[in-house]
Amino acid sequence: MTDIIDHLAGIPPGSALDEARRKRAEARVHAQASHDLLLLPAEPGGFTVAERWAVAAFVAGLHNQAETAAYYAQGLVERAPELASPVADAAARGQATGPHGAYPAGPLSKENTPAPGFAADAGSLGPRLAAALNHAHMLVFHPRDASAEHLQRLVDAGWRTAEIVTLSQLVAFLSFQIRAVAGFRAMLAA
Amino acid sequence: MTETVHHPEGHAIPNAFTKAMLDWLPWLEPMAEAELTPRHMAGLVDASRAKSAYFRLLAHDPEVLGARTRTDKDIFYNTQGGLPRAERELAATAASRLNGCIYCASVHARHATTYSKRGEDVQRLLDEGTGVDLGERWNAVVAASVALTELPMTFGPAHVARLRAAGMDELAIADAIQAAAFFNWANRLMLSLGEPTPQG
Repeated sequence: MTDIIDHLAGIPPGSALDEARRKRAEARVHAQASHDLLLLPAEPGGFTVAERWAVAAFVAGLHNQAETAAYYAQGLVERAPELASPVADAAARGQATGPHGAYPAGPLSKENTPAPGFAADAGSLGPRLAAALNHAHMLVFHPRDASAEHLQRLVDAGWRTAEIVTLSQLVAFLSFQIRAVAGFRAMLAA
Repeated sequence: MTETVHHPEGHAIPNAFTKAMLDWLPWLEPMAEAELTPRHMAGLVDASRAKSAYFRLLAHDPEVLGARTRTDKDIFYNTQGGLPRAERELAATAASRLNGCIYCASVHARHATTYSKRGEDVQRLLDEGTGVDLGERWNAVVAASVALTELPMTFGPAHVARLRAAGMDELAIADAIQAAAFFNWANRLMLSLGEPTPQG
């Protein structure tokens, strides 16, 4: 079974970085398990496999790391080809910088920066998936703006509590995985 | 019923980074302690986490929680070689400071203080932000964490060379990368599923 971080980072077997990763064997195994549980679930429940790959392709597209973006885009094509184009369009329109957002009023207010706006196209994606991409865009670029109101928007679009937990884990996990891959690629290039 | 979104009211809202102990109030209903089965307990990893609303909320997807927690523990607690724990906690604190997770920063600033005995420097990171001058080795760790956290990411071979010049080997550099990357996972869960409040 291919280790997806090794694959995306291009870590040669037996290299110094490969050995370093294997000294953190639990982290290596459970980062892979996280990927498998979130994206290849045996029992996806109400959060469908197509939705999971659509969110992943969108989030990876927002991070602009070629290898991970291509991997998740291809995974979406294989599982829900009808979503590939609208998700790619959403990721292209959603490009922004981060982290931004506002703090509770007080001494940190001087560090507030405006959040990049984004609204996914509910017409092509459907309202439920569009709500998930809007939430993912906030989590990627301005997570300190998160509020109970953001979760209410997901609930209003049909997301149940356990599904919101898994959606949040998926976006948050990808925020880790994409950075780990980028960091390891830089080590290999150094 | 389980789809109710909570809007906690009447509590104090921290508006500055702090090392003080904070509580965390969920916006969605956590699992009740009485509902936790062996499957959920396996996801919680440590039985004591059943007392935490945060972990009981994440226990709605227990297998993913278990994988998250085991990844976290190995990156931060596996002390067989690599980056000293203090500097793993420094990387976590820097990512949390930049993303704006007051709760996460409080926990990991305390850990960084405990392991480094450099509490004043950790406080300056909280007060002044990630541009603070903490000496070259800590600056290199903070700069690496920032370059991995910002979008677009700017982390590259120059950051790796700087960490190496500060005395780090391959495993220590990989630890710094994984610690910073992991807090981009942790911060997003903590920030988006509930809110902090002062303890007590």
